[in-house]
Amino acid sequence: MTVLSKNTEDTENTEPQTAPAEPAKTAPRPRKPLGTRAYKVFRVAALVAVVLFLIAPLFWMLLASLKTNVDIYDTGKSFLFTPTFENYANVLQRNNYFVFIFNSFWVAFVSTALSLVLGVPAAYAMSRFTMHRSALVVLMARVIPGVSLLVPWYYVFSNLKMVGGFEVLILSHMFVALPLIVYIMMSYFDSLQLELEESAQVDGLTPIGAFRRITLPLSVAGMATAGILSFIFSWNNFMFALVLSGSKTKTLPVAIFDFVSYASIDWGGLMAAATVVTIPIMIIALFTQKYIVSGMTAGATKG
Amino acid sequence: MSVLTPPRSAPTRKAARPPSARENFSGWANRHRKWLFAAPAMIFVGVLIVFPLAWTLYLSLTDSQGSVRAASEFVGLQNYLTVLSDVERFWPAVGRTLSFTGVALICEVVLGMCIALLLWRPFRGEKWVRVAILLPLVATPVAVGMMWRLIFDPNIGFVNQLLGMVGIPAQPWLSGQDTALGTTIFMDVWQWTPMVVLILLAGLTSLSEEPDEAARMDGANAFQRFFFITLPLMMPTVIVAILLRGIDALKTFDILYATKGKGGGSFHEVETLNVYAYGLSFDYNQYGLSSAVLILFFMIIIGSMWLLTMRKKAVSK
Repeated sequence: MTVLSKNTEDTENTEPQTAPAEPAKTAPRPRKPLGTRAYKVFRVAALVAVVLFLIAPLFWMLLASLKTNVDIYDTGKSFLFTPTFENYANVLQRNNYFVFIFNSFWVAFVSTALSLVLGVPAAYAMSRFTMHRSALVVLMARVIPGVSLLVPWYYVFSNLKMVGGFEVLILSHMFVALPLIVYIMMSYFDSLQLELEESAQVDGLTPIGAFRRITLPLSVAGMATAGILSFIFSWNNFMFALVLSGSKTKTLPVAIFDFVSYASIDWGGLMAAATVVTIPIMIIALFTQKYIVSGMTAGATKG
Repeated sequence: MSVLTPPRSAPTRKAARPPSARENFSGWANRHRKWLFAAPAMIFVGVLIVFPLAWTLYLSLTDSQGSVRAASEFVGLQNYLTVLSDVERFWPAVGRTLSFTGVALICEVVLGMCIALLLWRPFRGEKWVRVAILLPLVATPVAVGMMWRLIFDPNIGFVNQLLGMVGIPAQPWLSGQDTALGTTIFMDVWQWTPMVVLILLAGLTSLSEEPDEAARMDGANAFQRFFFITLPLMMPTVIVAILLRGIDALKTFDILYATKGKGGGSFHEVETLNVYAYGLSFDYNQYGLSSAVLILFFMIIIGSMWLLTMRKKAVSK
C-alpha cells in the first residue's frame, strides 16, 4: 500500500511542475491560445453550418405545407407569404389521414409490445448463456433484404386470406422490431452486473424468479430504449406495408406515396402529409433523446 | 420487492410462481430456462426467415411468373444465367448499388467523423445541436424523399433558387439522367450522417485521455494527434459504423422508390438491386428471375459483411 501511495504522490508532484515550466522553455506554448481562439471561432461557424444543413430542409417542408400551391410556384414568396392551414385540413379530412395515423400507431405499438415480450427473455438467455450462434440467427433478420421475404409471405398470407389485415402487417413489422430489440437488450444485459441476481438466488429466489423480480425492474431503461427505437422503425417502415397493407390497414408512409401517383403533384398537400407523418415521431424523439442515442450506439463501442 | 414487479410479468412463463402443486414444472422450467427464454423468439424468426429463404432459393430455380400459384417448371440454373448475362438491367443495378453505398458511406464516415470531433468537447448550446442531429435520423424516409423532391425540383425547388442567386444555371437534379443517383446519395448522407456521428461520438467519449495527453506533452499538433493517436484507436468503432450503415445502405429502398418510382425512373437512373428485385417481384411478377437476383444480392451483402468483420478483427488485434 505504501508503495502505491508513493507512486501516486510522485505523479501528482511532477505534473504541476512540468505544466508551468513549459511556457518559459518551449516554443509551442505561447502560440497555443491564438490557435484555440481561431479554433473556437471555426468551431462555432462549423456547428452553425451543420445545424443549418440538418434543419433547413425540414423547415422548408414545414413552410411549404403552410403555403397555397400558387405561393409554392411563386419563387418571390419563398419566406414571405400568408400562412394557411388549408393543406392540413384537406389532408386530414378529405384524405382520411386520421385513419392512417391510427393504423400506423396501432401497428407500431402492437408489433413493439409483442417483440418486447418475445425479445427480452431471448436477449437475456443469449446474454447470460453466451449463445452467440443463436444470436446470429436472430440478427440475420437485419441483414436479409426484405424483398426476398415478401414474395413467400405474400403467397402464404394471401392463401390464408390475411393480406390486408392488421395481423400480417404486425407480424412483418415484428420481424424488423425483434432483431433490433434482441440486439439492444443483449448489449444491455451484458453490461448489467450479475451480483444482485446471484444474491437474490442465494436468498431463495429461483433463477426465473430472479430474472422477473430483479433483472427486469433493473432493465426498464434498456427496454425503453429498445421499445422506442423499434416503434420509430415500425412507424417509418414503408416496403412491408406497401405490399401487405390493404385499403383499410394502410399506414402513413404508404398513404403519402399514394399522394403522388395521381397525375399532377399537389405540393402543398404532399408537404402537409409529410409533416403529419414526421411530426409525431420527432416529438417522441425530442422527449426520449437519451434513449434513442443509447439505442443507436448500443454495442458499437465494445470493440 | 414484489411491489415493484407486478406489471412486468408478461415475458415470464407461468412457472415463475412456485406454488407447491407446480413445483415440478417450476423446477423443469428453471432448469431449461436457457431454451425456454430463447426459443419463442428464435422460432418466430426462424419460421419467418428460413422458410421464405428456402422458398426464394427454390423459386430461383423455376420459371415462376405471373402468379406464385401458377404452375411453374424447374429450370435449373437458367435464371442465374439469364441474370448474370443481363448487361442492360442487372449489372448496371449492381454498379449503382455499390457506388451508391460506397460514395454514401465515404461521405457519411468522413463528415460524421468531422462532426463528432466538433461535438467531442462540451460547449454551450450542445443540447440544441444534439436535437438537430436527431431529427433527420428519426424522420420517415418516404416523407424525407418527398421533401427533397420539392427542394430539388428543377423549376420551383429551393436549391435551384439558391444557385440562381449566385449565378449558377438551374440543374435537373432528380430528373436528370446523370444527376439523379448523386442527388439520392446526397439525401442518404443528409439522413444518415447523424447516425454515424452518434456512433463515433460514443466511441470518442469512451476513449481514454492518456494517449492524447501524452502526445500533447510531446508537442504533437492537433492533426498529428488525430491521425496518429485518435484515428487508430477509433478504427474498431469506425468499422462498426460502416458495418451497420453499410447493411442499410445496400438495401436502400424507401427514398429511391419515393423519389423516382417504379424501376428507379424512366431510364432506371437510380435502380439499385433492391429496387430492381422489388420491381421484378411486384411490378412485373417475374418471381423466378427476381428470386435469382435476390439470392445474388444476398450473397453480395453477406460477402461485404464478412470482409468488414475480417477487417475489424485485424484492426482490433
